[in-house]
Amino acid sequence: MEPLTWTGALAFLNPLFAIALTALAAAIVIWMLLSIAAAGTRQVANADGTITLAGNPQAIASLGLRFAFIAVSLIALAYLLFGLVIGSGAGIVGAISRQLLPTWTALVLLFGLSVCFKRRLGLYGKLFDSPIGVIGFALVMFWVFTGIFGAMDLIATHDPLSQVSGMKNKLPGTPVRGAEAGEYGWYLLGGDNLARDVFSRMVKGAWEVLKYAPLATLFAFMVGITLGLPAGYYGGRLDTALSFLANLILAFPVILLFYLLVTPEIVATGLPQYMAVVLFAFPIIFCGVLIHSRFRTQPKKNALWMIAVLLPVFLAYMSLINSAGSKIDFWPLDFFDIPGGVLVVFVSVVFVNSPTVFRIVRGLAMDIKTRDYVAAAQTRGERPWYIMLWEILPNVRGPLIVDFCLRIGYTTILLGTLGFFGLGLPPESPDWGSTINDGRKLLQIYLHPALPPAVALMTMVLGLNLLADGLREESLKD
Amino acid sequence: MGLFILRRSGVMIITALCLTFIVFFLTNLYPNLEKLAKTEGNFRMSDEAVASWLDKNGYAQPMIVKYGQWLGVVPGWTRVGEDGITGRCIKGAVEPTTVAQAPQFCGILQGDWGYSTRFKTGVGDIIQTRLGNTGYLMMWVLILMIPSALIVGVLAGMREGSATDRSLSTLSIMTTATPEYVSGVIFIAVFASSTVGLKWFKGTATAAMENPTFENFFLPVLTIALYGMGYIARMTRASMTEVMTAQYVRTARLKGVSFPNIVLKHALRNALIAPFTVIMLQFPWLLNGVVIVESLFNYKGFGWALVEAASNNDIELLLAVSVVSVVVVLLTQLISDIGYVFLNPRIRIS
Repeated sequence: MEPLTWTGALAFLNPLFAIALTALAAAIVIWMLLSIAAAGTRQVANADGTITLAGNPQAIASLGLRFAFIAVSLIALAYLLFGLVIGSGAGIVGAISRQLLPTWTALVLLFGLSVCFKRRLGLYGKLFDSPIGVIGFALVMFWVFTGIFGAMDLIATHDPLSQVSGMKNKLPGTPVRGAEAGEYGWYLLGGDNLARDVFSRMVKGAWEVLKYAPLATLFAFMVGITLGLPAGYYGGRLDTALSFLANLILAFPVILLFYLLVTPEIVATGLPQYMAVVLFAFPIIFCGVLIHSRFRTQPKKNALWMIAVLLPVFLAYMSLINSAGSKIDFWPLDFFDIPGGVLVVFVSVVFVNSPTVFRIVRGLAMDIKTRDYVAAAQTRGERPWYIMLWEILPNVRGPLIVDFCLRIGYTTILLGTLGFFGLGLPPESPDWGSTINDGRKLLQIYLHPALPPAVALMTMVLGLNLLADGLREESLKD
Repeated sequence: MGLFILRRSGVMIITALCLTFIVFFLTNLYPNLEKLAKTEGNFRMSDEAVASWLDKNGYAQPMIVKYGQWLGVVPGWTRVGEDGITGRCIKGAVEPTTVAQAPQFCGILQGDWGYSTRFKTGVGDIIQTRLGNTGYLMMWVLILMIPSALIVGVLAGMREGSATDRSLSTLSIMTTATPEYVSGVIFIAVFASSTVGLKWFKGTATAAMENPTFENFFLPVLTIALYGMGYIARMTRASMTEVMTAQYVRTARLKGVSFPNIVLKHALRNALIAPFTVIMLQFPWLLNGVVIVESLFNYKGFGWALVEAASNNDIELLLAVSVVSVVVVLLTQLISDIGYVFLNPRIRIS
C-alpha cells in the first residue's frame, strides 16, 4: 500500500486553505490594532428617531474577520466531509475523519437536539446563546465521545499496546508492514519509539482522562463542600482549624507531594489507602447528611431514602478501599479491585484539589449566610445542616458548576503531570501525559509521537476553560 | 500593622514546622529507611542486618527525636561502638576527646543540611548551586511574565467587551489551558526541532547553566512564563473592568479627562492591587512549572534536584528541597498578605 499524504485527493484545497488562514491571521491582527487605536463604534441618530452604528474602519475589519473565519471553517469542514465520504482517499485527515464517524454522529445529534429544545433546558440550554460556550462545549464533547467510543473500540485503528515490527518512529501515514486483511492498513499519525500506533494511543488516552478526571473532581468537591459549608456557616474555631489545614496542603508543592505519595515504598506502608479511607468517606457523609437533614421529620421516608442511597454507596466505598493482599483486606464483598497505582493517583489528585474547593465553598457560604432567606429558615427553626445543604448549597450552584468545569481541566493537567513524570500510572498506559513523556526524548528528530497527545490535552483543557467561561457569562445574566 | 505581621509570621512558622514534619515523616517511614540501608550498605542485607545498620546510624530512634535532631533543637545522637564513638555531628568513629570538641547540635538551624547520598556531597552546596541556577531562570521568567501579563490584562480590561478584550481574553484562556509540558513540547517542535522546525532556538538549556544566551535560554523562560501569564492577565482584567465601572472613573470621564489619562492616572493604580496578591500566590505553581521545564529542557536547577532526590530516595536532599520550597511559598504568602494591606488604603487605615 502507498503511504498516505496529509490531504490526498483533496490537495487542491491546500492553497485555498493557506490563503484563508493567512487572511484570518491578518484580519485578527488588524482588528485588534484598530480596536486599540479607534474609539469604538459611533452611534448616529437618524431623523426618524432610530439609532444606527456608523461604519468605521473597525467595523470593516470585523467584517473581514468574519469572512476569513467563515472561509477557514468552510474549507476545514470540506476536508472533514469529503474525508467522511472517500476515507483514506482524502489522505490522513480524511482517514481520521472517517475513523471518527461515531464521534461526529453523536456530536451532530447532541447539538441538534440541544438547539431544538434549548428553551426547556435551563442553564444548559442558555449555554447555546454564548459562542464561546458553544465552542468550549463542542471541544469537550468531542473528546468525551471520542473517549467513550474509543473505549468501545469503534475508533482506534490498532491496539494501543501492540508493537508492529518495522513501524518504529515511522512518519504519519505509513502503511503497516504485513497488514493482513481486516486490519487497518496505515499508522495514521505514525508510530512511536516502541512501534505502537500514535493515533490509537491518543484515542485511548482520552478514555484514561475521562475515567479519572471527572470522578476525582467530584470527590474533591464532596470533600470541599462537606468541610467548607460548616466552616463558612459556623465560623469561629472550626473555621480557623479547617482553614489552617487547607492552607497547609495548599502551601505544599504539588510535585513534591506526588513524589512523596507515589513512591512504591510509601505505597507499601498503606498510607495512600488510609488516605483513601478518609477521603472517600466524604461522599457517604455528604449523602447521609443530605438525606437526613431533609427528611428528619419523616422517619419512614428518611429510612427508605437512607437505605436506597447509602447501601450501594457504602458497598462501592468498601470495595474501593478494600483490596486483596494490601493493608486493608477484611471486607468479604469486594466487587472490584482498583489497581494500586491508580488508587494512589486518584487519592493524590483528590487530596490536592479539595483544599481549593474548600476555600471556594467556605467563601461562598460566608457570603450567602447573611441573606434574608437564610435568616427566614433560621427563624422557622430549621437545623443548621438543612440550611447549609438545602438553602445555601442550591444557591451557590452557579459558581460551583463553573469551578467544576475549570477544575476538571486542572485535574486533567495534574494527571498529565503525573504521567509526564512517570508517577503512579503503569508505564505502558496510553494516557496523554505518559505519551508526551515517551515522545519528548526523541523530540528533536521525531515530532509526531509527542505532538498529538499534547494537542489533544491542550484542546480538551481549552474546551473546559471556554465552557466554564460561557457558563459563567450565562449564569450571570439572570 | 506590627501585630498583624507578627501574627502572620507566627502562623507561618507553625505551618513550616508542620509541613517539614510531614515531609520528614514520609521520607523516614520504615520502607524508605530500609531502601536507604540497602543502597548504602549492601543489597542482599537480611532484615536483622538492616535493623542493626539503622540502629548504628541513628535511624532507629523515635520519629520526633530524629526530627528534633534534624531541626537542631535536640542534641545529636552519639553512640559508643567498638572502634570509637560515632554520632550525628561527628564524622566517622573518633576518640572521646574529639567528641567533646564537636558541636552538640547539628541540624538545619545550625546550617548543617546533611549529606546527599545521590551526589555524594553536602546538601548545602547542592542547594546553593541549584537554587542559583533556578533563581536565574525565575528572574527572567518574572521579568517576562509580569509586565506582559499586566499589559495584556490592562489592555483587555480597559474596554470590556471590545475586540481587544475578546481576543486577549481568548489568548489568556489559551495559555492557562496549556500546561508547561504541552507548550514546551510544542515550542521545541516549532522552534527547535532539527527536522521540520524553524531552528531559531536550542531545544535544551544544558549550556545555559554556564553561558545563558537568548538562543538557549528563551524557550524554557517562555514556557514557564506563558502558563502563569494567562492567569495573572485574567485577574488583572477582572480587577481593571471593576475599576473602570467605578464611580470615580465615571466622574473623571464626565469631567472630560482623556481616556489614556483615565486609564493611566485614575484606574491603573487601583487595578493593580489585586494582581499583586495573585502574582505572589502564583509562586507555588511556578515551582511546579520549574520542575517540569527543568526536566524537559535538561536544565540542572532546583526542580531537577527535586526529581533526582525523589527518584533516588535521597532523604536529606529531599528534606532540604522541601524546606526551601515550603519557605519560599510561605514567604511569598506573607509578602502578599502584608503587601495587600500595605497597598490597599481601605484596609490600612482601618
